[in-house]
Amino acid sequence: MKKMTMTQKILAKHAGLDYVEPGQLIMASLDMVLGNDITTPVAVKEFRKIGLTKVFDKEKIAIVPDHFCPNKDIKSAEQVKFIREFAKEMEITNFFEVGQMGIEHALLPELGLVTAGDVVIGADSHTCTYGALGAFSTGVGSTDMASGMASGKAWFKVPEAIKFELKGKFNKNVSGKDLILHIIGMIGVDGALYKSMEFTGEGVRNLNIDDRFTIANMAIEAGAKNGIFPVDEITLDYIREHSKKPYDIFEADKEAVYSEEHVIDLSTIKMTVSFPHLPDNTRTIDEVGTVTIDQSVIGSCTNGRIEDMRIAANILKGHKIHKDVRCIIFPATQKIWKQAMNEGLFDIFIDAGAAVSTPTCGPCLGGHMGILAKGERSVSTTNRNFVGRMGHPESEVYLCSPAVAAASAILGRIASPDELEEI
Amino acid sequence: MKASGKVIKYGHNVDTDVIIPARYLNTSDPKELASHCMEDIDADFSKKVNQGDIMVALNNFGCGSSREHAPIAIKESGISCVIANTFARIFYRNAINIGLPILECRQAAEEINEGDYVTVDFLTGDIFNETQNKKYVAKPFPPFMQEIIENNGLIGYIKKTLK
Repeated sequence: MKKMTMTQKILAKHAGLDYVEPGQLIMASLDMVLGNDITTPVAVKEFRKIGLTKVFDKEKIAIVPDHFCPNKDIKSAEQVKFIREFAKEMEITNFFEVGQMGIEHALLPELGLVTAGDVVIGADSHTCTYGALGAFSTGVGSTDMASGMASGKAWFKVPEAIKFELKGKFNKNVSGKDLILHIIGMIGVDGALYKSMEFTGEGVRNLNIDDRFTIANMAIEAGAKNGIFPVDEITLDYIREHSKKPYDIFEADKEAVYSEEHVIDLSTIKMTVSFPHLPDNTRTIDEVGTVTIDQSVIGSCTNGRIEDMRIAANILKGHKIHKDVRCIIFPATQKIWKQAMNEGLFDIFIDAGAAVSTPTCGPCLGGHMGILAKGERSVSTTNRNFVGRMGHPESEVYLCSPAVAAASAILGRIASPDELEEI
Repeated sequence: MKASGKVIKYGHNVDTDVIIPARYLNTSDPKELASHCMEDIDADFSKKVNQGDIMVALNNFGCGSSREHAPIAIKESGISCVIANTFARIFYRNAINIGLPILECRQAAEEINEGDYVTVDFLTGDIFNETQNKKYVAKPFPPFMQEIIENNGLIGYIKKTLK
């Protein structure tokens, strides 16, 4: 029997095959089909063209209006109304209104709708996040979402894989965001194009689940089809707490073939910032120089989870946001919001002079709730710093961890939290 | 299936945020999307593009967001075909799925200049640069994708397979 990676094994199982090889085109069954308020309207129009009156499984579709929600303008409201009516007509159980919704890639794992061994497609590029739980999940477009809703299947080309063997553990103030920015800087924004990024090694156990979500989330920023972690006790603790769905644990064969292998000692990773206008334009914090900022955004599907909130609070505690900076904090789901509130993190944020928002993708994609004017700069714990991503085409986004975003908000320039200790 | 047109050329890593900025994603109307296509890196694109024009770019075209609005905006602008060194994978899928012809051909993408007149045959992958009198052959689509293309995109294909 030929040897397979984790991704190959999950895809083989869902294609009803014993073995699949890189490059092979397969039709795989889907455990979850996801869409948001931007991509679902297009998917619904395409679905209508098929002429079906039912979706393949009303419990295996999730529609999360999170991008321009709570509705930012009349057109956005019309888009959400359109998909709300579709969800009602199709009796889709996993439609989440404002008040229940959160940022989709934080919400689905939290609600236990995705689990280890699943195959998930989502009409959102950051659907690769669920690889943190040992699932194969990948972003697709609206037409793929439509055909997934109709048939419960999607075609895939089985990807080659790049192996990242992790050793050791992070130093203080370094987190999963720094690791994934470091990796993207190393291999480039197309360094994993069409491929799977598979994280393994004894260092994985030193990454908490929120670090893993952050890392898998940004696999797409290296062009990858998916990012995936092995299932260990940390994963299983999370799954048992959040999901009643049956899970399936797949392990890569020891002799599985990878197109590239990298060994990374986590203790060598420094805090890392991506300069405009590509995520691979990285510098370690000691190479940043003086870059003043106008805004600091802490949140998103990349870094809006409870650990991220705790890291930010820990740094902001007892400090004030710089007078020239707007600091906006977005807990990613209602549950995280309540947890952060109950832990007293909001007192710290508000006393520091930060604003706390209801969950939304908002500023990450230049939607609302923190748009930049011409010439303005923001540090952001989000995932993209393309031209115009957060507002005016002549504004700038610097990607970083919650620790760096918090320290920068205090100091008014891109800064390490280590500097605060020196004050 | 052939297309001919004048080339509009861009560089590496043209992302979907510049193809169609998110501030316009509160609609899925193709005409409205097309009117803002490429505007953050090429303010005149919607004025200068003519029906049938061919877009050429370098590595990783269409990287970033999964928004299908990006290939929709390009197609509605009148672009008949995109030629690039490589495409980001979600854009690649989306383009095939909505019937925007795309071809990967490194040599053609690098040698074709802005304003050249180019003819493309999607089925054979033949690319002919009439301005420079040079011929190229792009990687052909695998048979599975040809079937999707022959059914006018994924929806046509699904309709057929669900019957």
